[in-house]
Amino acid sequence: MIERFALWLDDRLGTAHFVTKALRKAFPDHWSFMLGEINAYAFLILLATGTFLALFFRASTADVVYNGPFTTLDGVHVSEAYASTLDLSSTVRAGLLLRQVHHWAALLFVAGIVVHMCRIFFTGAFRKPREINWIVGIALFALALFEGFTGYSLPDDLLSGTGLRIADSVIMSIPVVGTWMSFLMLDGNFPTDQMIPRLFITHVFVVPAAIAALIAVHLAIVWRQKHTQFPGPGRTERNVVGSPLFPRYAAKSVALLMAVVAVTFGLGAFVQINPIWLWGPYQPWRIFSPVQPDWFVGWEEGALRLGPPFAARFFGDTIPSPFWSAVLVPAIMGIVLLCAPWIDAALRHDRSSHHLLDHPRNVPARTAAGVAFLTFAIGLTLAASDDVQARYVHISIDAIVHAYQGFCVFGTIAAFLVTYAIAKELRARGAPGRPSRVRVRRNDRGGFDEEPIS
Amino acid sequence: MTAKDRAIGVFLLLAIAGSGGFIFAYVTNGNRLLEGVSLAGAAAMFAAAALGWAFWIVPDEQVVDEIDEYPSSIAARDEQSATIAEDERSIGRQKALLRLLYVALGSFALALASPLRSFGPLVAAKSLFSTKWRRGSRLARADGTLVSTSDLNVGAVEVVFPEGAIGDPMSQATLIRLPDGVVPNTPSGYIAYSRLCTHAGCPVALYRSQQQQLACPCHQSVFDVTRNGAVVSGPADHALPRLPLVADASGALRATGDFPVPVGPGFWERP
Repeated sequence: MIERFALWLDDRLGTAHFVTKALRKAFPDHWSFMLGEINAYAFLILLATGTFLALFFRASTADVVYNGPFTTLDGVHVSEAYASTLDLSSTVRAGLLLRQVHHWAALLFVAGIVVHMCRIFFTGAFRKPREINWIVGIALFALALFEGFTGYSLPDDLLSGTGLRIADSVIMSIPVVGTWMSFLMLDGNFPTDQMIPRLFITHVFVVPAAIAALIAVHLAIVWRQKHTQFPGPGRTERNVVGSPLFPRYAAKSVALLMAVVAVTFGLGAFVQINPIWLWGPYQPWRIFSPVQPDWFVGWEEGALRLGPPFAARFFGDTIPSPFWSAVLVPAIMGIVLLCAPWIDAALRHDRSSHHLLDHPRNVPARTAAGVAFLTFAIGLTLAASDDVQARYVHISIDAIVHAYQGFCVFGTIAAFLVTYAIAKELRARGAPGRPSRVRVRRNDRGGFDEEPIS
Repeated sequence: MTAKDRAIGVFLLLAIAGSGGFIFAYVTNGNRLLEGVSLAGAAAMFAAAALGWAFWIVPDEQVVDEIDEYPSSIAARDEQSATIAEDERSIGRQKALLRLLYVALGSFALALASPLRSFGPLVAAKSLFSTKWRRGSRLARADGTLVSTSDLNVGAVEVVFPEGAIGDPMSQATLIRLPDGVVPNTPSGYIAYSRLCTHAGCPVALYRSQQQQLACPCHQSVFDVTRNGAVVSGPADHALPRLPLVADASGALRATGDFPVPVGPGFWERP
């Protein structure tokens, strides 16, 4: 069957040579090379479930009176967006399951990207000639964050409306152009009727199209450049050793796809997520406490909480406080990430191409820099729930804020130094991998000698 | 048939059962738990079967791919350079025309980008500088009822809007009744502040009546009600604007004008 199809295709496109090579393309066996695939599969699940949801969602702020299965909301004035999200969570069959799967898959998508980026960074896979794909990857990461934010802003519930309000304030804090940008995006002063429809088109068309296009570029470049690999017997800078794409790697990859489906549907079935009927519809003067965003926005939320209460004024103009921690700091973090391949090359005086990966312990400075970056980001993320922590440990919020401010500065430095020391020590102890095998032999004096087995 | 083959067979049978379970749950009107569990189970069994295939059936062979040589050979790169140089010479014979081409391309891009202007008003400032509060506006609750001095106990709070603009996001204010004499110029102890946090615009909804402070649940900015809304702690960089109030002879609470400064978070044009 497959063979007849391949021949039919070869008659028309001359693909025989390509197909033969593709089926036997080498994929390195290390488990960490499959992390990126989690994201591809999560994206497929997001496309499928998202298309289903989009066909029931009504992107409108028009006022309707709710009447339905969520009886506590009966008679409440809500937007069409909110009402239709309630409807697709209740009266549409399988709607709630698919909505929860969609949300869980989104959380997994971003988490998978972070873990995949860690693999790329700590093994030095971003080095020449792979800088282009590093940039494409960062762009995908940024788009995924944006896509996640626009998605959870759509239902027009109290939590999402508050999140949008904060996002608008952050945009407005940008010097010179901030107010213009906010008004161009929203068609006026927050909140506007254009908000939800524009978010909707952004979320279901513009950003997914960009993500899909960039994933295609990402994979095409991987195909062209071939995979990196850890050093090992028979592995050189000029080859790739691994399982053939077909059948072994394909079988493993299908298993991964199905595992991602199983995990997201299992979570969607068992673990409630974003129960908007508990939050209520967005009304600009209402709020509840504590309020926290989805995990991947936590670092920005934490940055807002830790920022200095300082507005810069000059010549009658103002740069308000959110700018420093919620615009400037993320911008610097983004630029540092984008420039990582060139910073690494400059600091290591190494502008040659690499296809063999570094073990993280063998490059202490890079590993320490990565851990420091993560420490900083984790510090911001944890700070996003400082009010909840204050409630649990009975410390004043001020004290916790100061602790996190200290952690983001000194913790980051300490993380760098400690990681550097550990990696250096581990490097000095010798190459990682299998412990060298020895043969133990009794000697003349009654003791034991070890002799290595090659 | 080995034990391993049988195991894969069992996985596939269970996957079929899971798919059937999902269809059953769906057709018999949607038990979310049953739907999710059966589909997740089917996928998990597929995963197990595929893993079985990968590790038990398919041979564990290693293949080696050669990485293509790049950079390309010096000859190929030289040829590319020569071709580009020749093209540049032929295109760039007329420097002035080339410059004109760049200008033409730039203006074309500008033309294509100009409809972005349709998305909203560019002059933002005006609507950010004023709210719907006017001299004499009565204070009304979200349900439209009006507030008088006899309505609140000391220490109580109320969300208020100007009568006629109920629910207007920019005009929302928090009305608090303080003990008499704590703050001067408060009719019967009533004092009102803009409800929009000056940090990121959340409603400053938490009132700590013991400390007489307003707190924002979003980023924990705290404002002192007795000191004109001054920032006590948190990331806010300026005070909450205070709404000037009077009570008329009948006890009705009215504003004596708009907030003296723009409400809400800071922005570039804000003085």
